[in-house]
Amino acid sequence: MENNVVIRLSGICADFDGERIISDINLDIYDNSFVTLLGPSGCGKTTTLRIIGGFEKPTSGKLFFENVDITDLPPYKRKVNTVFQRYALFPHLNVYENIAFGLQIKKVPQKEIDIRVEEMLALVNLSGFERRNIDKLSGGQQQRIAIARALINRPQVLLLDEPLGALDLKLRKDMQTELKKIQQSLKITFVYVTHDQEEALTMSDIVIVMNEGKIQQIGSPIDIYNEPQNAFVADFIGESNIINGIMKSDFSVNFLGNDFTCVDSGFESNEPVDVVIRPEDVKVVDPESVNLTGIVSDVIFKGVHYEMTVDACGHPWLIHSTIPQELGRLIGLNIAPNDIHIMKKMEM
Amino acid sequence: MNKLKILSLPYAIWVCLFTVVPMLIVLFFALTTKTGDFTIANISYVGKYFSVLIRSILLAAVVTLITLIIAYPFAYILSRMSPKTSRFILLLVILPMWLNFLLRIYAWLAILEKNGLLNRFLLFVGLHKLNIINTKIAVAIAMIYNYLPFMILPLVSTISKIDNGVIEAAQDLGANSFLVFRKIISPLSMPGVTSGINMVFVPAVSTFIISRMLGGGSNLLIGDLIDMQFLGSVYNPHVGAAISLILMILTLLCMSLLNQFGEENVEGKIV
Repeated sequence: MENNVVIRLSGICADFDGERIISDINLDIYDNSFVTLLGPSGCGKTTTLRIIGGFEKPTSGKLFFENVDITDLPPYKRKVNTVFQRYALFPHLNVYENIAFGLQIKKVPQKEIDIRVEEMLALVNLSGFERRNIDKLSGGQQQRIAIARALINRPQVLLLDEPLGALDLKLRKDMQTELKKIQQSLKITFVYVTHDQEEALTMSDIVIVMNEGKIQQIGSPIDIYNEPQNAFVADFIGESNIINGIMKSDFSVNFLGNDFTCVDSGFESNEPVDVVIRPEDVKVVDPESVNLTGIVSDVIFKGVHYEMTVDACGHPWLIHSTIPQELGRLIGLNIAPNDIHIMKKMEM
Repeated sequence: MNKLKILSLPYAIWVCLFTVVPMLIVLFFALTTKTGDFTIANISYVGKYFSVLIRSILLAAVVTLITLIIAYPFAYILSRMSPKTSRFILLLVILPMWLNFLLRIYAWLAILEKNGLLNRFLLFVGLHKLNIINTKIAVAIAMIYNYLPFMILPLVSTISKIDNGVIEAAQDLGANSFLVFRKIISPLSMPGVTSGINMVFVPAVSTFIISRMLGGGSNLLIGDLIDMQFLGSVYNPHVGAAISLILMILTLLCMSLLNQFGEENVEGKIV
């Protein structure tokens, strides 16, 4: 992407009550992109977002907005707007007054406010809701009002803190598509926080996977899914079989007592590694034809596929297949060399 | 629904026996002579005490205003503290109420009298004595002291319910601290303000004893007058009832005015 960097986090650390919440975050966020901070709860993603919004002060490090240092700028002076986790709509104001709030603060003429509120309501599909009270709206509607209230200020960057967390699955899916459409039509940057990996993969241009206050990997959804940089990312994004292995030489790895051909190189010989294999990449074959065989111990119907557990060579393998196998049956497992992902052991 | 009705029965009986019936008795006394004949003479007789009535309402209004001015920032700071600290400080606020009311007023007498603690302190630091005892100011000080917790408690409970996210949202939308207060915190704390005013103004209007003990003879309030009609030398329960009735009506008027204003502020346009 040849876009400009709008937000740069440089060596950001944050401590609360003497505990390090995020450590040494370096991150460039580009103009006109959908960026997602993804990670389990407590990984520091919300703190990172709140530092960008100005609601938390980093213990050390600098935050830049279009190359200007805004580390010490209070939230009301920043050119970013936020959609909060529980919407945080003003309960004493109606829909119109909620959306108009930011423009009224900036003393925009009343006529223009009217026009822009109408535009925003149309954008979030709630035209005609101006006079409604906030407590008369459903969760999904409140959510849209919160988005409209933030977007009416035409921020260059919109921060979204798990905005879909409180909605049911169907509504969440609809909102995902809608949010992506809004981001593309307004051509602004969305920084989106979620713990839902599917949400992250669906909507984002760039996914930043975080764990324990550190960035684990930055990449496109396809990169993150297909080329996870470590076992944490592999495990968190989708499901994975993670097995201890030893790299024999380039293109050859040993795990569970067998040698396998792989496509990775550049490791030291006999270096301990994590071997990551996606459940959908394990093929069920005739047990006579391969070394890796095991007993089917569990079969669960998941809709599109069956999720099976196969005990093979002392490891419970997770396998996704559209064809169910009988419980207790001996089957063979085959993995193509380019589906064996070798990762450096994480330093913990 | 039926079950709920049964549950509310004890309270209904209580209200009936101790609120509705006494009100009817007051009404009856106010509108009858000693022989039980209907009259409005008692009501018109209250006109004689009109200045006392106005003085009481004004004093109560000033006291309410000052308690609000003291209590609001206090309650605001308290509601932003950790729950543990704020609970402890609230306990300190309520603590004096465990002491007997008369004892507390006597304490103020000891502080404010001519050779009381305050004046001795002032002399000690080289200042002049203040003449506070037996003035309106003495009465007002003791009333403010006495009613302050009734203002603080509803304010704390309302302000601490304001979601921090709403405040952050306002900051996010460009509001500085002053605008956050004016557009968010102050309208959202209005219910607490009105109930605080109710809790202070209503008892303050009918205050008695405080005025008699600290205000000298010249600062009697309407509460003292009512007290005297029932228990004092002028014994005339019919006039006493008439004063009570008029006080009640005036208080009701004040409160409905206030509530009108309060509601407008909460629901109206805040532009």
